Amino acid sequence: MADSPKGKKPTLPPGMQPGKKPTLPPQPAGKRKPGSPPGVAAGTTRPVLPPDTGGDGASAHLTRKDFASDQDVRWCPGCGDYAILATVQRLLPELGVPRENIVFISGIGCSSRFPYYMETYGMHSIHGRAPAIATGLKASRPELDVWIITGDGDALSIGGNHLIHILRRNLNVQILLFNNQIYGLTKGQYSPTSEQGKITKSTPYGSIDYPFNPISLALGAHGTFVARTMDRDPKHMKEILRQAHDHPGTGFVEIYQNCNIFNDGAFFPFTEKDTKPERALFIEHNRPLTFANGTRGLRLDGWRLQVIDLQGGDWSIDDCLVYDETSRELSGLIGRMFWEPDLPQPFGVFYREERRTYEDLLHTQIEGLIEKRGRGDLDALLHQGDTWVIED
Amino acid sequence: MSLPTSQKPVQTIPEATILFAGDSGDGMQLTGSQFTLATALARNDLATLPDFPAEIRAPAGTTYGVSGFQLRFGSEHVRTPGDEVDLLVAMNPAALKVHLPRVRPEGAIIVNADAFTKRDLELAGYDHNPLENGSLASYRVFEVPLTTMTREALKDSGLNQKEIDRSKNMFALGLALWLYSRPMQPALDWIEQKFGKKPEIRDANIHLLKKGYHFGETTEDFVVRYEVRPARLQPGTYRAIRGAQALAFGLVAASQKSGLPIFYGSYPITPASDILHELSRLKTFGVMTFQAEDEIAAVGAALGASFGGALGVTATSGPGIALKGETLGLAVMTELPLVVINMQRGGPSTGLPTKTEQSDLLQALYGRNGEAPMPVIAASTPGDCFDAAFEACRIALTYMTPVILLADGYLGTGAEPWRIPRTADLPDIPVSFVTKPNHTANGTARFLPYVRDEQTLARPWARPGTPGLEHRLGGLEKQHETGNVSYDPANHEYMTRLRAEKVERVARDLPPTPLFGDPAGDLLVIGWGSTRGSIEAAVQRARERGLKVSSLHLRYLNPLPPDLPEIFARFDRLLVPEINNGQLVRVLRERYLLPFIPLNKIQGLPFRAAEIEQAILDLLA
Repeated sequence: MADSPKGKKPTLPPGMQPGKKPTLPPQPAGKRKPGSPPGVAAGTTRPVLPPDTGGDGASAHLTRKDFASDQDVRWCPGCGDYAILATVQRLLPELGVPRENIVFISGIGCSSRFPYYMETYGMHSIHGRAPAIATGLKASRPELDVWIITGDGDALSIGGNHLIHILRRNLNVQILLFNNQIYGLTKGQYSPTSEQGKITKSTPYGSIDYPFNPISLALGAHGTFVARTMDRDPKHMKEILRQAHDHPGTGFVEIYQNCNIFNDGAFFPFTEKDTKPERALFIEHNRPLTFANGTRGLRLDGWRLQVIDLQGGDWSIDDCLVYDETSRELSGLIGRMFWEPDLPQPFGVFYREERRTYEDLLHTQIEGLIEKRGRGDLDALLHQGDTWVIED
Repeated sequence: MSLPTSQKPVQTIPEATILFAGDSGDGMQLTGSQFTLATALARNDLATLPDFPAEIRAPAGTTYGVSGFQLRFGSEHVRTPGDEVDLLVAMNPAALKVHLPRVRPEGAIIVNADAFTKRDLELAGYDHNPLENGSLASYRVFEVPLTTMTREALKDSGLNQKEIDRSKNMFALGLALWLYSRPMQPALDWIEQKFGKKPEIRDANIHLLKKGYHFGETTEDFVVRYEVRPARLQPGTYRAIRGAQALAFGLVAASQKSGLPIFYGSYPITPASDILHELSRLKTFGVMTFQAEDEIAAVGAALGASFGGALGVTATSGPGIALKGETLGLAVMTELPLVVINMQRGGPSTGLPTKTEQSDLLQALYGRNGEAPMPVIAASTPGDCFDAAFEACRIALTYMTPVILLADGYLGTGAEPWRIPRTADLPDIPVSFVTKPNHTANGTARFLPYVRDEQTLARPWARPGTPGLEHRLGGLEKQHETGNVSYDPANHEYMTRLRAEKVERVARDLPPTPLFGDPAGDLLVIGWGSTRGSIEAAVQRARERGLKVSSLHLRYLNPLPPDLPEIFARFDRLLVPEINNGQLVRVLRERYLLPFIPLNKIQGLPFRAAEIEQAILDLLA
């Protein structure tokens, strides 16, 4: 991380010209594993769908509009949240999940108003606790498609504990962390992702707090799907969200989101077209790490990352590091590229691992015990152990 | 087995209180529970109180490591584990030192005389051997060389020295069984079951148990043995039950009667962890237990499960309730059912984690931001924990509200005989999830999540997964009926009053408040929670003295039962004993504007019946 507060639009190194947008990585839409049936939960059978919704394929008929609630969206005009909302509303009809099975759970903050705008089930809970509430819901109702909406303050400050624990437990939910590096709803205090030196209302002489890198945090908490995207690239965002959804485990996605009121342009170096090619690196499984329209690449020099010029003749694409999203080592290395002056900021899927989900293990254990011992009999339970009879 | 015919005179007594005490490793809890079982099978009524050290493995032989098990049994109704001990069995000097103050004058003390070496006395902090310096002159002391006799009895058993010494509690158990004419068979059956696969240990324990029994018969120390006649208990099948167990069973019963699976979110905390331990064994009942990362996650997950249509339950102690407060407010606002059990302990802060107190009543009633009323009920005996848990679930599901159930460590670890209910006799708890929109606007069917039932004011429960009922809940103020976010001033006042009114309506279902004693008199003693046994024992004794005293024990603390004013009016004076600095008494004074008299004990200990009896005598003298 840079020692000095970052500028909004860094000057590009000499000789670098902004180029066109990098090609998006083509990503296969993985098949989502069906949620485990709740089995023991009385009355939790899948609801029978009315004829006009057509069962599981029903969502094919749904459009973006069907996912918009009747509530007025109240974010500030120009807020990055609008782009995320639109992207999610566009994505959901393509996922094939019946609308009634979708639940959005949020905490507190600007981002957490999100569920009110979605015509799905939802809960706008309390500050930092969305992962806890979602854990109870998903664990008891594995067939539901649960999305957690949170922000940098919500997820990484007040709710940091719940975030790391849901990641290690690996519930099959999606976590969309809207990172704008500022407290917006409370009107502009620095957040746990704000850079050191940041001047805000609560840090008039500059923040002395060292910031979290949410990607490293999620990897450290044994997240099984860790990715980053940005509000200004809806196509990339949609693809990443789709993959997070299709991942059978916790899909953690950090979304760089511009707060145009309190922290405008925080991510412009990575999101705006004049600097994006040089400053943003789109990582992709099994592909060499290149940026700046393929004119530069990353190689390993021992254990250090080195930017190489692919046009000068010294290096070719074969020298570039080929990304492997199943590698803990590579994800750690690339995930730690964080506001480095000499390195681009990575976007895409850092890490993906198949690991049994918490709810699967929970219900497998319960069902296994029922299979082995039979369903519990309350009378037998109450009479367990030593009893004696008092007669009339 | 047939008991050997005793040659010694048998004295019939109405009741007795005995206390087994020794080092944590001496097996005193086991000895106590085996004596309890024999006593239950002898058909006495009884109450027990295990008392173990807060330290997990305190240094052996020190007063910190003393573990005790107190048991009171009688031929009449036994309401408490006893104020004063008739017989103390002390396995070492530390046990004697810790528990001597509880022994009544002229009470009996059996000590393991072998354990009073210089080293043992030093560890216990005795400067002089109490067996030799006359300090025990006012008690009947029986010095029994337990270790020596155990070693002698098992010298051919094939067991090693350590195994032999660990068995000496069986000798003590045998002796105590003889002394109170208890049957040996339950302990023999237990040994058979426990050590059936290890014949040499089984035989050694059986041998030792009988040795202890026969020692009582043959030694000249004991000139008399005692008998406690069977109590007149209500017919039925009985078992011994601890409060924590009863809470778990009550929750499972409510799960079965409501058709909802339990989702139990909990973070380990003394003394509530026992409920988690119990429930985590009951997975074949479909119980989901979730050991959360903290208290907040525990209640959050339970509420999330309730949102999904499960019976969300969490339990903790006072410090945990403090952490859960914000989520309880969310449960009030979202109007979802949730059962929150508080196993109270001494506070504030970490306070006295292993000691009992009733000091979280005001926290339960008022300890949340904003106007956040919720029903609060309390359990009064270990067995009553079953009914209280069931009732908490009924209220939560009927009124779509979080409910706080107050119990405490004394109830959780205490045990009593419990008449096992027939589960077919338990009432159903009807739950109906909404499946269709409940409103039509402009020809379009809609679901409005805050349209209420006219009787209960409960809002409809629509489970995610139900087509057409998609809706959003949250902590922001809700617009009446639509549930949309609303900042409208009039709406906020209306909703605040509605939420309060809904909780008040719980009172409509309440049964008449039962009285112990006559319906009118000079004094009414009003209690709640685990003080019931002490209060009723005290009232009983006062009544036997001819005093016009009755008592009333509150199950419902919010809302208070509607018949209270009329009951209070029939008594001249009103006494409110509590294990706190006066909490219910404030609530009652504020509500009924009557001169309630507080009686408070704040020592981390339950009331002794004598303390309440004395207060009654002082008032009516």
